[in-house]
Amino acid sequence: MTTTPPRLLVLGGGTAGTMVANKVHKVLPDWDVTLVDRDDVHDYQPGYLFMPFGMNTPEQVRRSKRRFIDPATRIVTGEVDRVDADGRRVVLEDGTVLDYDHLVIASGTTPRPDQTPGMLGEGWHKSVNEFYTFEGSLALRDNLAAFEGGRLVVHITELPFKCPVAPLEFTFLADDWLRQHGLRERTELVFVTPLDGAFTKPVASRELGHALEERHVTVETDFMVESVDQEAKVLRSYDEREVPYDLLVTVPLNMGADFVERSGLGDELNYVTVDKHTMQYLPQGDRPAHPEIFALGDAANLPTSKAGSVAHFSVEVFIDNLVQLAHGRPMTHSFDGHANCFVESGHGKALLLDFNYETEPLTGTFPVPGVGPLRLLKESRFNHLSKLAFRHIYWNALLPGRPLGLKPQMSMAGKHPEGPPAAMSASMREE
Amino acid sequence: MPTTTISGRTLEVNEEGFLVHPDDWTEDLGVELARLIGIEMTEAHWVPIRFLRTDHAAMGETPTLRRVSTQTGIDVKTLFGLFPKKPAKKMAYVAGLPKPKGCV
Ligand SMILES: Cc1cc2nc3c(=O)[nH]c(=O)nc-3n(C[C@H](O)[C@H](O)[C@H](O)COP(=O)(O)OP(=O)(O)OC[C@H]3O[C@@H](n4cnc5c(N)ncnc54)[C@H](O)[C@@H]3O)c2cc1C
Repeated sequence: MTTTPPRLLVLGGGTAGTMVANKVHKVLPDWDVTLVDRDDVHDYQPGYLFMPFGMNTPEQVRRSKRRFIDPATRIVTGEVDRVDADGRRVVLEDGTVLDYDHLVIASGTTPRPDQTPGMLGEGWHKSVNEFYTFEGSLALRDNLAAFEGGRLVVHITELPFKCPVAPLEFTFLADDWLRQHGLRERTELVFVTPLDGAFTKPVASRELGHALEERHVTVETDFMVESVDQEAKVLRSYDEREVPYDLLVTVPLNMGADFVERSGLGDELNYVTVDKHTMQYLPQGDRPAHPEIFALGDAANLPTSKAGSVAHFSVEVFIDNLVQLAHGRPMTHSFDGHANCFVESGHGKALLLDFNYETEPLTGTFPVPGVGPLRLLKESRFNHLSKLAFRHIYWNALLPGRPLGLKPQMSMAGKHPEGPPAAMSASMREE
Repeated sequence: MPTTTISGRTLEVNEEGFLVHPDDWTEDLGVELARLIGIEMTEAHWVPIRFLRTDHAAMGETPTLRRVSTQTGIDVKTLFGLFPKKPAKKMAYVAGLPKPKGCV
């Protein structure tokens, strides 16, 4: 008697999808794995932050997707149109139908400047910039090179967005870059955020807030942008504040893939609703259950950072659970929301944040308690060199699915917990 | 945890004054909480507040401003008019819920 091997279909061949395909072949070699993506371009997205400052070249961040995917995977090039969850099949825009037994949605998140009135105007990629796409980052490199001083405004549209520290890093790097080019004195550097501080988590917000202060960055908080007026060169908020700019660097609203919405699997930003410990699809309201669907990486609505490190740690947990499912056992591995992010702070230094669902980023050392060598939430040269070196680790170890020696679960060893933050109640009742 | 006394009831609140136990909340308390931050509740205010309460009960978390807007059909500008400056935070405060997570 022959049995057909289980069919795993992966939507998206970025960080998470590539790792899933490669790891499944290692642990479940008889499985039939198909991966769909719209193109064959794999970018190392953290490099988008460095390109505007000439710290990474375009060639360093761009590779072919196929090169990194286990050849035992069937690769289909096409645009996903929708998931027919009840029929257990996926339909592509060209009409191709792909049946599956298990589905992994790893279609990421993308910047959507079209969602903010006025953002996509004449000045798009000229006076209104972003560094969340390859093209945007390249254009910003050129626009920065032509910048002669004035108001450089770094702006966040709305949360969540991928790599939540990236706009802060951009600000720190811009400060450094402007100094090196003799432009800092002639530039007002402004950081505009919908949050009530530099960052979401209290200890990190305090430390990063200090870093902005030290660099004389003006911070405009609680700013919910309503529109961009490119004629007047101002950002307008819902509460009628205006922030003028000469050069705007915005992080547009980030949204999951539209097919997630069309398939009835998403929340209001098209993120697949999942159980935060297993990444298994968790239907909202009265939608039907589909335990055979999982979402990994930025595509899922996990309440932690949308970051490569989260994709990595959560894929490891998922693979362990998939092996159990394959053997008809219950899933016992649980993802804790672990994220591990380097924060470039300029002047050849960086900080490191390490946190999960329960514990905010704290000060201390990582990964060896009391020793490091990496210092948490404190600037060091070693952190910076590690961040730069990560590009090689990404291409050569992470994507191929080689073990990095980091446990998916966060550890409290070497960290310095703090008491609750000081009273902030006044902030809400000010008017 | 600090406590506060509103309308003769002693309630547990966090450092920012948000109720710790959503079950302590009643509509009368909502009126008082709103008054504390300078808001006079009208029917227009109640629509999003009631949505926050039912959505929190169903989903286990406070909805974001975007979610309130898409689910109730009230545009963001109007929510800013009803709960000036910080609608997401203020609505959560009045509804006796934790402030929405600024998801990292
Ligand atoms: C500027 C910047 C800096 C960053 N810095 C860091 C950092 O320092 N550290 C860190 O950990 N993370 C960082 N990140 C985040 C990290 O790059 C992402 O979190 C990670 O790539 C997410 O992986 P993913 O597989 O979920 O999505 P992606 O890698 O984006 O892959 C999604 C894939 O799905 C495909 N796809 C989408 N929709 C469809 C469709 N309809 N049909 C077919 N294919 C589709 C896309 O083509 C793409 O290949 C940064 C990101 C940016 C933008």
